[in-house]
Amino acid sequence: MGRITLRNVSKRFGDVTVIPPINLEIGDGEFVVFVGPSGCGKSTLLRLIAGLEDVSGGVIEIDGVNATGLPPARRGLAMVFQSYALYPHMSVRRNIAFPLKMAGMDPSEIARKVEAAAAVLNLTGYLDRRPGQLSGGQRQRVAIGRAIVREPKAFLFDEPLSNLDAALRVNMRLEISELHQTLKTTMIYVTHDQVEAMTMADKIVVLNQGRIEQVGSPLDLYRSPANLFVAGFIGSPKMNLIGGPEAARHGAVTMGLRPEHIDLSTSDGTWRGTVGMSEHLGSDTFLRVQVEGLGMITVRTGGDSGLRHGDAVCLTPQPGRVHRFDADGKAMA
Amino acid sequence: MATQHSRTAARLMISPAVILLFLWMIVPLAMTLYFSFLRYNLLMPGMEEWAGFSNYRYFLTDPAFFTALRNTLVLVAGVLMITVTGGVLLALLLDQPMWGQGIVRILVIAPFFVMPTVSALVWTNMFMNPVNGLFAHAAKAMGLQPYDFLAQSPLLSITLIVAWQWLPFATLILLTALQSLDREQMEAAAMDGAGPLSRFIYITVPHLTRSITVVILIQTIFLLSVFAEILVTTNGGPGTASTTLTYLVYVQSMLQFDVGGGAAGGIVAVILANIVAIFLMRMIGRNLDA
Ligand SMILES: Nc1ncnc2c1ncn2[C@@H]1O[C@H](COP(=O)(O)OP(=O)(O)OP(=O)(O)O)[C@@H](O)[C@H]1O
Ligand SMILES: [Mg+2]
Repeated sequence: MGRITLRNVSKRFGDVTVIPPINLEIGDGEFVVFVGPSGCGKSTLLRLIAGLEDVSGGVIEIDGVNATGLPPARRGLAMVFQSYALYPHMSVRRNIAFPLKMAGMDPSEIARKVEAAAAVLNLTGYLDRRPGQLSGGQRQRVAIGRAIVREPKAFLFDEPLSNLDAALRVNMRLEISELHQTLKTTMIYVTHDQVEAMTMADKIVVLNQGRIEQVGSPLDLYRSPANLFVAGFIGSPKMNLIGGPEAARHGAVTMGLRPEHIDLSTSDGTWRGTVGMSEHLGSDTFLRVQVEGLGMITVRTGGDSGLRHGDAVCLTPQPGRVHRFDADGKAMA
Repeated sequence: MATQHSRTAARLMISPAVILLFLWMIVPLAMTLYFSFLRYNLLMPGMEEWAGFSNYRYFLTDPAFFTALRNTLVLVAGVLMITVTGGVLLALLLDQPMWGQGIVRILVIAPFFVMPTVSALVWTNMFMNPVNGLFAHAAKAMGLQPYDFLAQSPLLSITLIVAWQWLPFATLILLTALQSLDREQMEAAAMDGAGPLSRFIYITVPHLTRSITVVILIQTIFLLSVFAEILVTTNGGPGTASTTLTYLVYVQSMLQFDVGGGAAGGIVAVILANIVAIFLMRMIGRNLDA
């Protein structure tokens, strides 16, 4: 079990409101990702759920029980910190065993559970080392091991991969996803990396300055962003946002068009422009095209487009792929 | 940079400093060693003669020697115990956010700036004095018999005075160590179900061991040579009840004018201090590695 409900939860530090009252429902077994720019309150929200910070208002329920005033240990949640927060003077074995020892579990039972967790996480050979003698990825796994042995109601991850290099990050991303498949425990995962959010989440919560901008599945957010902020945040490279008469022609104040939803041709199309910078990723090429009257438009094309800087091109938005936003930045039906 | 040439040059260039330091240490030591083998009494100048090991024999068979040895160890151990436990507790207290933190910290550190003679005088005359001392007044106010600290338990009194002086040092070092403790580690422990006491035992204390080691090593060096506090308060008495090795050496050479005997005592003290040092390094020095 691990159903978490936030009702009008808010947080102030002194007279700065970091999180205005928000409501959120996290279902049992869901993989929920909090995503948003730096300083938007992701960590704060996670720490409120963990009980490491007191709420300024509102109610947090875990499995239908009011947990607002409970100390962290009694909420039955486990957290993996960005800095891993391993205990440096304890061996890996004792690190993983620590929560069980605190729970007063029988030593033989502890040993069995630690071995099992180590086997799952490929840590068996490292059990007698200190955290200082491990690589970043191994430390990460120890931190996860320390979280899973307790069999918590939910896991909380605060940017757990941000200290790892790109290749390892992709690996650990898969491992965490697999772990979620096996354990089927609720996971709340904080990141500012939208690729992580898109690939791992069942449900993404987009935060902006403490407010929830939109909640939905990755594809929901990609296909129908509720507002300009989400439209600009989800998707890589960013959605092209176009204002002015062109948007008015579509009956909107701002129109959005993803780079992958623009057809490119050298002969004819809706818009004409010249190719500026291009990014070659091998499989794809992202062209920055200067279009008269619209500005810079990013377009995705195949890896082998022969277009060069200064070439003239024509762009055509794919029908039905245009997002329209009103004056408040809200999506229009 | 570590070519043969640069290494030779480096050695050549640091040699003046090394030689100076070496002489600085070796000359007094050699002279003490030399004096310790002489019959050399200031009452009979010019009568020095070779004495062999007799100075050592007298010093080591003096019944005061064993009392002094025991007193030294008791004093050092007592002060270490009080300052380390007190230091940890005070540091924990001072680490809490509170009103007037800056001033409180300065007040806590203040005793360290008081000269040993002064603090010993203040303690003897204003606190521990059986007639005028604050403790005596307090005892009388409660209808109790005033306790003559320095006469009835001189070593304990001196231990308290010295501990009072060194408590700020321990507190300061342990406080900085506490402040460097990762907050997330504490939070992780809290989430792992560790209560305040478990967190203290499993997280804080292991984090502090290195600093505690430093405190013990540094304090031991200075505590072995405590002198002013004894001279000012009890003069090593009553009898030899509060005579330490350092003080015994002083009594031997300055009060009995026996430079040879004093020098022999000094050498014995140096040897004992080294034994204590080796013992300490063996026992807790490995905390400093890694
Ligand atoms: N203890 C605190 N006292 C005052 N302000 C705080 C405190 N902790 C966080 N804040 C403020 O709250 C806001 C949200 O902080 P938070 O750490 O939740 O951001 P975040 O979304 O996790 O950012 P990042 O991606 O950089 O980790 C920030 O503006 C921060 O300055
Ligand atoms: Mg954060």
